[in-house]
Formats: sequence, structure tokens, C-alpha cells
Amino acid sequence: MKFEKFTDFFINRHLGLKEKDQKIMLNKLGFDEIQDFVADVIPKDIQTKTNEYSSLPVGCSEDKATNELKNIADLNHIKRSLIGLGYYGTYLPEVIKRHILENPRWYTAYTPYQAEISQGRLEALFNFQTVICELTGFPLANSSLLDEGTAASEAMSVAYAARENKASNVFLVHESVYNHTFNVLLTRARPLGIILKRFSNDTFAINESVFGTLIQLPAQNGELFDPSFLTSKSHKLGIVTCAVIDPLAQVLIKPIAQFGLDIAVGSMQRFGVPIGYGGPHAAFFACKDKFKRLIPGRIVGETISKDGEKSLRLALQTREQHIRREKATSNICTSQSLLAIISSFYAIYHGSEGLTKIAQRVSLLRKYLESGLFELGFQINNAIRFDSIDIYSENAPYIHKEAVRKGYNLRILPLGATIENSLGFGISIDELTDLDEIQELLILISNVLQKRINLNALVLDEMSLLEGIPLRESKFMQQSIFEDFQSETDLMRYIYYLSEKDFSLVDGMIPLGSCTMKLNSAAELNPISWQKLSSIHPFAPKNQVLGYSKVISDLESWLGDIVGLDAVSFQPNAGSQGEFAGLMAIKSYFSANNKLSRKKCLIPKSAHGTNPASAVMAGFEVVTINCDKHGNIDFDDLTEKINLYSNEVAALMLTYPSTHGVFELKIKDICDLIHDVGAFVYLDGANLNAQVGLCKPGEYGIDVCHLNLHKTFCIPHGGGGPGVGPVAVSKELKAYLPTFSMQEFSPCDLNFSVSSALHGSASILPISWMYIRMTGYEGLKKASSNAILAANYIAKILQNKFKILYRGKNNFVAHECILDFRDLKQRTGLGVNDIAKRLIDYNFHAPTVSWPVAETIMIEPTESESLTEIERFCQAMLLIAEEIHEIENNLYPKDNNVISNSPHTLEQLISDNWLRPYTKEKAAYPYKNKLINKFWSSVSRIDNAYGDRNLVCSCSLQDDQVFDEKKCA
Amino acid sequence: MTYKFPKNLKYADTHEYVKVENGCLKIGISEFAVDQLGDIVFVDLLQKGQTLKKGDNFGTIESVKAVEEVYLPASGEIIDTNDSVIENPEILQKDPVGEGWLVVIRPDKGFELEELMDSDQYQSKVAPK
Repeated sequence: MKFEKFTDFFINRHLGLKEKDQKIMLNKLGFDEIQDFVADVIPKDIQTKTNEYSSLPVGCSEDKATNELKNIADLNHIKRSLIGLGYYGTYLPEVIKRHILENPRWYTAYTPYQAEISQGRLEALFNFQTVICELTGFPLANSSLLDEGTAASEAMSVAYAARENKASNVFLVHESVYNHTFNVLLTRARPLGIILKRFSNDTFAINESVFGTLIQLPAQNGELFDPSFLTSKSHKLGIVTCAVIDPLAQVLIKPIAQFGLDIAVGSMQRFGVPIGYGGPHAAFFACKDKFKRLIPGRIVGETISKDGEKSLRLALQTREQHIRREKATSNICTSQSLLAIISSFYAIYHGSEGLTKIAQRVSLLRKYLESGLFELGFQINNAIRFDSIDIYSENAPYIHKEAVRKGYNLRILPLGATIENSLGFGISIDELTDLDEIQELLILISNVLQKRINLNALVLDEMSLLEGIPLRESKFMQQSIFEDFQSETDLMRYIYYLSEKDFSLVDGMIPLGSCTMKLNSAAELNPISWQKLSSIHPFAPKNQVLGYSKVISDLESWLGDIVGLDAVSFQPNAGSQGEFAGLMAIKSYFSANNKLSRKKCLIPKSAHGTNPASAVMAGFEVVTINCDKHGNIDFDDLTEKINLYSNEVAALMLTYPSTHGVFELKIKDICDLIHDVGAFVYLDGANLNAQVGLCKPGEYGIDVCHLNLHKTFCIPHGGGGPGVGPVAVSKELKAYLPTFSMQEFSPCDLNFSVSSALHGSASILPISWMYIRMTGYEGLKKASSNAILAANYIAKILQNKFKILYRGKNNFVAHECILDFRDLKQRTGLGVNDIAKRLIDYNFHAPTVSWPVAETIMIEPTESESLTEIERFCQAMLLIAEEIHEIENNLYPKDNNVISNSPHTLEQLISDNWLRPYTKEKAAYPYKNKLINKFWSSVSRIDNAYGDRNLVCSCSLQDDQVFDEKKCA
Repeated sequence: MTYKFPKNLKYADTHEYVKVENGCLKIGISEFAVDQLGDIVFVDLLQKGQTLKKGDNFGTIESVKAVEEVYLPASGEIIDTNDSVIENPEILQKDPVGEGWLVVIRPDKGFELEELMDSDQYQSKVAPK
């Protein structure tokens, strides 16, 4: 026996099924061996041969992989990056890091669609919205967007949708706006026919062709200006005025809404979220009330529950792409929940006084630096600045070199230049800067200049800070949440008070179809807190980020191999962005080849709403393809549409296995049909967990595919974000992947950016790296196989009591199965939503409800759940089937039974006033075997309509006081 | 679930109903449609004074789970809109074929309602007995 230091294999920790359990399940399905079973589920013509995954590693133990990643991370060089441009040093208080960022109660939760068991993070996100409203002065804010660049684009889209003059198509972008933000705007503008024009304060001129304007404060060059000149003129013409604003500067400056602007966006990164080589961070979006129904992304709003409890849930969901499809203003699907929550807690931690002190210190130190630079003979103009200054000097290359040698990265000017050909340097002060740091900078610059600087002569002048711009006059963040938790004991208790209201993977299986709620292991998550990975500026010189380059190139070859495609871009910050990027690649390809008639995107009816929304955003016309009665793409309809539009079809977007949870048999024929007319096949990778190691999309005809690393590759859902949606393409399309530049793209070329950093949310890529490194090819294949096995086992157990809506080859489902409840209403008066809520009483998070088919549930158990947990779920469903039967047979009233009244709260049960026609035990402890860890819903059934009719999405001071009085009473 | 299908109404495929009143057409959506939408939270209607063609979209109805556009079953000028439904969408929920009407149009000359379904036809389409 060979001596092995590491004998443990992580895959055995990742999989929920023990070998003997796997046998039991296989036998139930009539098989002995897993490979025979899988061969019977997946269409033969797409099954891949083993050993074709040459680039994938051999699995290992978690300590071995951790050591390897540590060595890779060591290739990154940590410098103090004072580059700014949207990314700043910040300190994440340990209490938030330990109890939120590193706490699976927060990071393994799903998007809070099941509001009754999500009140904790809903409150935290509501707090985030309150922080944004308090800072910007707007009455409405959403619960975060993906990053600053896309948030600016969303503002543009809202302005465009709200424009009064439908013929207007010009969006004016002020010179203050970052170039990389401009590039994201340009990417979004071009397909919609929007024309971007840069302007300055001097060249500001508007006419009826303009529908909106965008400025940034502080500007790209660090300067601040009063934006009032913009608003009065604009509003006369009905032009929507938008601003990107730095939240820390906003602490001191008069709230942007009070300058008369309509929409404000920005990044909350510097509120405690590590830079992490570019992301993920939460962006915000705030606006006037009149844009309420156009706000992109999720909004948390107040409502009441059945028992009258004040509660929260996602509001106005009809704005979103999953309902509006091709008519949606945006394709945004997720948010940056975990990061938004961290930022909101950072604001709570510091309170308004603490934030003001930080902002003042930053500004003061900038002023000190400025006076030092002046002493050294640099010309400093009279502009107003907050945290940044740009200096042009012929000595710039030497100053940069010396700065790097001493451990500092400065902003290289002009943007996009290298150190060698730089003409200037810029410095952005942040929360981490202190006097010593500024002095060290001044000394190193003076050494380069061979000048002496007398630091003692420099004074910290606290007066006339930010003179020339209106400052905040009234107090902000006076609500009790910003005052009650100043001691760590109180804050820690508040964090756990919230997290214990939420159902996460800590509590049990979350069998959400199409969401793949698998294990997010500790070993995978651990590296994101390493300083070598978390504190790298995305614009740091390439030779400082070799560790990241290695992680990304490993992942590119592994993921490329898994999907059978040639190149991967990690820029997209979410699946929806991956779709947009992939479709833009197709669009660019046809533009480059002068095939401008290729405008149609075929999308099956069963597709997720994001698909048509993305297609429209990329400038395609959506042609819907019907599904047949088995849930598959209607081959005849597809053929007909292809023939009809043979010269116009650009792409077919499909999901595989289909959103109906089956491996369609004709997938290869479908791809061939599309290729025959010179178009591309786009795969929505939502269901990749059924394919990894078993079949390769690129082999059966897929040309472009986005992967959801937060589903298939173990990045946690974070309670509703972050996500990562890299897009993989074939050789033909490789040249058309997103790019990134700190200089403006030319409107004529085909370059495009979908987010504010080259590699998007790079700092969470190590999670997927660890997963693939630890599981290896054999492990990945086992994971997919077990996921398919678990879904089929559930279908088998439940098929006697419920109808399984769709099945594929040999009557098998893929990695998820749909139960049909469409006759439930007629039988019992209940809807499938009632079943979802009843599952809470059984200690489960509901499966996906009413998607992709109304009044059905879609169950995806994943490979990480044990047979015990799967059996517990089946038992719950079978007991619910009995309960349905009882109601149908009038043993209980149709409007007063365990299902219609679910979820049952502890308060209801301990009430002396129990007047229900069933026992408390039946209500809350329905299992035959009593549970030890009963999960209680913190509120009774939530009334969605009430909150949508009366939208409240931030805590006003008035409400806060009323609430407090109630608490005291 | 039982719905009311008043005999004096005509129905379009897209679930709008038409009631003839003093030579004008009062238009709303059927009880069945309201039930399908679920809890209605928002109603948006075009302003009066606009002249539209049959099949044109004259408003949007949003529930907590869906958003549907409504289409004119006949060409004409919108001469009245039900502002109380806009202010309080629950009225539409409670009484779609009564207080919950949406708009009144003055139809173009020679309008025909023959293409629309009568209540029996509509009922057998959406809720066959």
C-alpha cells in the first residue's frame, strides 16, 4: 500500500447518500448499479465517454485542496491599493464577519420568496433599504443590484421606459462617470438603440431627443460639483436625471434627492465589504415615488400577516422578469443579498455618528495629503474634493514604481495607461488610511522628487472641509435600529434574533427545483476570508494577481471541459448577466459577419422568464416555441418557425434538462436544425447539475452556455445573492466574449462589458475552485448521478399519491420532478401555495411553487441530502396527501384546516384560545415520530396583496416611533 | 368555484366583457378573469379622450402574481374611466361586473358585437359545467 498523507476524500462528505442507501434507492427503481441507472435516464446519443475530461483533477481531501489553494493565493501580492474608482479599503467589523459572512444561517439561505420563514433576512434587507433612503433622501430603494455599472445601466433603462417623448433616444453621460461604467452603459444602450453622449458642465445642452442624464459624485477625477444646474432645465423637458453617488461622500453631502435628481445608484462596497478583486458587492438603486413600478430587482416591503403581525416580504413582484418576461424593463433576477446585509450591518455598527466620523476623517486626510502635495510643488486646482486627488507629473512613472516598492498601488493616469507610460497619479483615501500612511506617501514622493518635505509644517485643517458644495443639514439614520445595538452583545443578539427566524440549509433540505440547494461546505467557503484573496484591487497590476490568474485559468479549463466548450468569461455577476453576455456574443458575431438580419431569438414557452427578458435586452426579437403535451419542445412548431425565419434566426435559447425536469430525447436533432440555418444554440445552465460528468453540452450541439456557479458549483445562495454566471462559448464565438477596459469603448467597435470588473465577482470563484479540486472528475460524476437518483427515488415514492407531471426516457425524470396540484382547488378549495406553507409545519422549505407550470411544485433534492432526509420529505408529502384527502371528504372545513391555516406559529399554539377543528399536535407536530428541533415560522400566513396595495419599503422615523410605542405598550 | 355570467354581457376571448348602456359600451373583465389573476393590487388605465381601435391595449391589471393587459373589444373613444378602481383595486376584485368596471367607450359608428360571445358561450369556454 502506497503511503498517502491524505486518506480522506471530500466527495464522501459532499454526498448525502451512503453506499448502502444508494443501493436501497437503486433497487427501488429496479437497478443494481448507478451507471446502469444513469445510462437509462440520459439519452444514449448524448452520453459522454469517460476519460474525456482530461483537464479535471483527481479528487482529494479538503486539507490537501486547502493547502494547494493557499499556495496559489500566496502568488497574489498584497499592497495597499489607493486606486479608488469604485473600490476602496474598508474594515469589516469582526462581529459582522463572524456572525454573518461566515455563518451558514445567513449564507446558505435561499431568496426570501417563502416570506414566513425569511423574516430575519427580510428585516436585514429592509434595514439596507432604510440606510439607502436615509443617505440619498429618496423615499424608495430596492434591496440591491449587482454592481455599480449595471446599477447605472438600470437607471438608464428606467429613464428610457419612463420617457414621455417616445421618440427620444439620447442619454447624456457626464464626464464625471467612470469609463468602465460608461462601457457597461454602452453595452446596454446599443441593442436598444439608445445613443450615449458624453457632456461636461460647460457643454450641457438638452433638446427633445434627450430622455435622461447621468452624473457621478465624486467624479472620476475625484472632484465634486453641485448638480443643481442639471435638474431644473431637465425637468422642464421631462428628462430623467440620474446620479451615481459614493455612499460615504453622501454621508456628508446634502442628500442627492434634495438636489432635485430623480434616481440615485451606487456601490455599497466601502461599507464593510472587502474589495475581493472586484466583487461581489451590493449596488443600490433609489428613486422618486413616480418610478415605483419601474424599479429593477427586488424590493422588500411591509405587510401584515393573517394574525395581524407586522411582517415583510418581496413586494411588487410583477415588475420582475419572471412575470413580465420580454416586457420587463430589466432581466435582473437576483440581488446581492448577503453583501447588502453586511453593508446594512456596517451602517448599524457605526450609526450615523460613526459614519460621519469616518467620512470626515477620509476627507480631512485627503486635505492633508493635498497640502503636502502642494508643498512638494504640484499644482493643485481649486476644485472641491472628497477622498481623491489626481496629479499630473512627468515623474509619474518613478512615483508609481517607488509606491509599489513601498507597498502602495496608486491610480495610474491617464486611466488605462501602464506605469511606464503614465503621465500622472491619483490617490484615493479610504477608511483604512491614517496619518502615518499619508506621511509615508508624501515622503516616498518627496524622495522621488529629491525634495525635502517638512511634515511638521502641515496642519490638519478641520475647517472649510468640502467648501463649495451644499452639505447635509439634518440628522440621518435616527431610527432605533441605528442606536440600539452599539454594544457587541446587543448586536450579536440582534444578528441571531434575525437569523433564527430564517430557514436555511442548517435547518433542513431546501428542495427547490431549478435552484440546486446543495452543500456549501466549510472548506469551500473558508478561503473567501483569506486576506490574500479578499483585499486585491481589481485594477491592481497583473503581476500582483498571479494567484487569481491561476484560480481563474484553472476554472476556465475545468468548466470548459465540463460543458465541452472552448472559452469561458467570468465577468457576468449572475445567471441573467451570463445570458445577456452570451447573447451579446452571438449578436457581435453576426454584426462582425455582416449578417444584420439575424434578429430572432427562439425561446420555448417553458423557458424561465429571464430568457426572453435577456433576449430583448440584447436587441433580439423573441419568437415563442410551443411545448407538446409531454412538456418537450414542440418539434413541428420549431421546424415551422425555423423555416419561416431561416435567414433571421440568430439563436435558440433552451434549458437542458428542460425546465420541466426531463432529458428531452430530441435535443441533438433540435441543435442540428438550428445549425442548419446558420444559427447558434444557447443553453441556460440552470439544470447543469444533471449533466456534469455525464454529458457535455458542447458535444451535443450547444454553442453558448452560462453556468450558475451558485447552483451547480457550490457558491451559496447567500439568502438571495451573490451569484456568478460565467458564460462559456465555442471556438467560433470566443472572440466575442465580454472584455474590460478602463478607457472608453468606441461606440463603433464590438467590445462590450457586462459588469464593473474584468472577472466580475472574482472573490467567490475560489469556492467553485475548491469544489472541483476536491471532488475531481469521479466525484462530480457521482454528484450528478446521485442527484438524478434522488429525484427519481422521490418521484417513485410519491407517484402513488401525486401525479408526476412530466417524464422522459423510460419514464424517468432528470434531477428534479414536478408534482401536479392543478385539480387541488376544485377538490378542496386549496391552492398549491397552501401546500408550500404546510410544508413549513413539517420542517421544510417548500420546493419551487407554480413554476414552470402554475399550481405545481418542482422538487430538486440534490446529491447532498441523506436518505433519511429524503425519506422525511416523502413522509411529509404523503401525510399531506392524507390531509388533502380528509379535507376533500369534508372531515374538516375547506377554509379552516391544517393546510389552509398553515404555517402554525408557536404563538397560536400556546394561546389559550385554540378554537380550531383539529388538535395542536396535528397542526404543529404532524410526524408520527416527534421532531427534536422543531422549526417555527415566526409569523402566520402573510398577506401579499395588502403590502402591494400600500407599499412601504423603508423604515421612516415616524413609523419607527409608532412601532416603539407599541413595543412599550 | 362558481362564477356569475350575467346574461346582459358579451365577452371577448381575452376575458373583457361589454355592457351596452345608452349607446355606449361599458367595459370590464369577467369574474373568471379576476379569479385567475388572484389578489389585484394595481390598475392602470389609459386616460379618457383617447380614440382606440378594437384590440388595442387600454390598460394593465396587476395582481401579486401576474400582470395582464386589457384590450378593447370594439373601436371607439374612451369617454370615462373608473378612477375609483385605480384608487382602490379591491373594488375590481369584489365586483368586477358591477362597481368594478374599467372604462366606457363611445363606439365607432356601425360597431358590431356579434363577434363577441354571449354568456353561455363564454361560460362553456372558461368553466364548462
